[in-house]
Amino acid sequence: MKKYWHVINIGIQNNLTYRFNFLARALFGLIPLLAVLSVWRTIYSGKAAGAEVGTYTLAEMISYYLLVTVVDAFTAVNDDDWQIAADIKDGNISQFLLKPIDYLWYRLCLFLSGRLGYLAVAAVPLGLFIACLHRYMVAPPNSVALALFLFSMGMTALLQFFMSYAMAMLAFWVLEVSTFIFILFAFEYLASGHLFPLDILPRPLAQALYFTPFPYQLYFPVSIYMGKTAPAELWRGLLLQGFWVAAGYGIARLAWRQGIKKYSAVGG
Amino acid sequence: MNFARYLRVYAALWRNSVTREMIFKSNFLLWIVVELLWFGLQLSFIGVLYLHTDHIGTWTKWQVVMLVGASHFIQQLFQAFFLINCTNLSELVRTGKLDFLLLLPVNTRFVVSLRQVDLGAFVNASSAVVVMAYAARQMHFVPGVLQVLGFLALCLAGITIHYSLMFVLATVSFWTVRAQGIVWGYYNLFQVARMPDEAFEGVFKAVFTFAIPMLLVSNVPVRLLAGKLASGAGIVELLVMSLVCFSLSEWAWRASLRRYTSASS
Repeated sequence: MKKYWHVINIGIQNNLTYRFNFLARALFGLIPLLAVLSVWRTIYSGKAAGAEVGTYTLAEMISYYLLVTVVDAFTAVNDDDWQIAADIKDGNISQFLLKPIDYLWYRLCLFLSGRLGYLAVAAVPLGLFIACLHRYMVAPPNSVALALFLFSMGMTALLQFFMSYAMAMLAFWVLEVSTFIFILFAFEYLASGHLFPLDILPRPLAQALYFTPFPYQLYFPVSIYMGKTAPAELWRGLLLQGFWVAAGYGIARLAWRQGIKKYSAVGG
Repeated sequence: MNFARYLRVYAALWRNSVTREMIFKSNFLLWIVVELLWFGLQLSFIGVLYLHTDHIGTWTKWQVVMLVGASHFIQQLFQAFFLINCTNLSELVRTGKLDFLLLLPVNTRFVVSLRQVDLGAFVNASSAVVVMAYAARQMHFVPGVLQVLGFLALCLAGITIHYSLMFVLATVSFWTVRAQGIVWGYYNLFQVARMPDEAFEGVFKAVFTFAIPMLLVSNVPVRLLAGKLASGAGIVELLVMSLVCFSLSEWAWRASLRRYTSASS
C-alpha cells in the first residue's frame, strides 16, 4: 500500500509543475460556461416570470451548470487516457510487467493526484465564479442528499477513470487512439449531461439514457444534489452506477489481459 | 513579392499535404467522423433548447441552426488552412526547426502559416453548407446572389480573425516555449462564436465584440445572409476588427521573431 502513496505523492508534485496550464484551463473553461448561462438567461427572460424549463427555474438551471463544472473538476480525466495509450505505444509499460506494482492501481493513483493538483489550482477561479453567482446557487434539499451526492461523485470519478483506461487499452491494437477517444468523448459530452440537464429531454429518451453508463459520469450526482431524483429512482440509479463502475473495472482488466498477449514492447 | 511564384510554392505545399494525408487513410476518415459527431452534437443542443422556447432574442430555431452551420463552416475553413500550422509553431520554436524555414527564400510568415493543409476540414466545411442550405429551406428562404457573395466575403473576414488571434497565441511560444494548452483554450472561443449575439449584454458582449471579436465572426455573416441586419454597423465592425486583429498579429510576429534564439543546433 505504501508504494502507492509514493506514487500519489510524486504525481502531485509532477502535476503542480503544470499549475499554469491548469489555471489557464480552468479560466478558459469559464468562457463557454458563461456563454451558455447567458443563452439560458435570455431564454428565461422571453418567458413569464418564474417560468420553468422542464422542472428547472432559472436559478436551478444556473446551479445545474455550476455543479456540472464542480463535479467535472473533481472527476474528469485530464489526459490520463492519452498518457496510458502513449505508455503502451512507446513500450513504457514493460517495466510494470516486471515491477511488483499493478499498472491499473498505479494509473488510478496518478489520476487522483492529477485531480488533487487540478483542484488546488482551479479552486480559486471556480470558487470566485460561483461566489459571484451565489444568489442563483440552490442548496441540496437535506444532508442525506448531500452525503449521497458526495458518494455518487466518488463513483463518478471511478467510472470516468475505468472507462478512459479501458478505452486507452485500444492502443494495444491500433496505432492511433485519439480518434476513438474523441468519438467516445462526444457521446459522453452529450449523454452525460454536460450540455444540458438530461431530464429536459423527452421522457422516453431520458429514460433510455439512464441505462447507459453516460449519465453516471456527470448528470446523476448533480441531480442528486439538486433533489431532482425521486427516492425510488435514486436507489435504482445508485445501483446502476455501481454496476457500471464494476463493469468498467472488469472491462479495463479484461482488455489489459488480452492486450498483454499481443504486446510486443516496441521501443521498450 | 512575386504572386505567381508564391502560387507555385503553395501548390507544392498542397501536393505535399495530399500525399501526407493519403498515407493514413483510415485515420483521415475517422477524423471526419469525429468532426461530424461534434457538429451533430452542437445541432442537437440547439434542438433541445428549442424544445423549450421558440426564440432566443429575435433568433428563431432555423436561424440559429444557420448560425451554428456558418460558425462551423468558418471554423473548418480556418482549420483547413491554418490551424495545424499555428499549433505547430511552438514545436518549431522548441526544436529550433524554425531555422530552416527562416532560411528559405520566401516570406517566413507565409510558409509558417500555410505549410500544411488539412484536407478533411474541407469535407466538414461542406457538411456545414448542407446544414445551412437545409435551414434556409426550412425558413422557405432563398438568398440572392449578392447576399451569398457578401456572406462569403464576411466569412473571409471571420477566418482572418480566427487566424490572426490564433497566430498571436501561437507566437506566445517564443516566450514560454511550451504552449500546448493554446489550441484547447481557443476551442473555448469557438463555442462563443456559435451563440446568437442577442444572448449577451454588458461587459461580456463588449469584450467579445471589441477585444476578442467572437460575437462578430459568424453572427454578422449570418445576419447578412438571413436578412437580419438592422444596420451596416455590424459589417463595419467585423471588417475593422479583422483588420485590427491582422495588424496585431503581424506586430506580434515581428516582435516575437526578434526574440528567437534558435535551439539545439
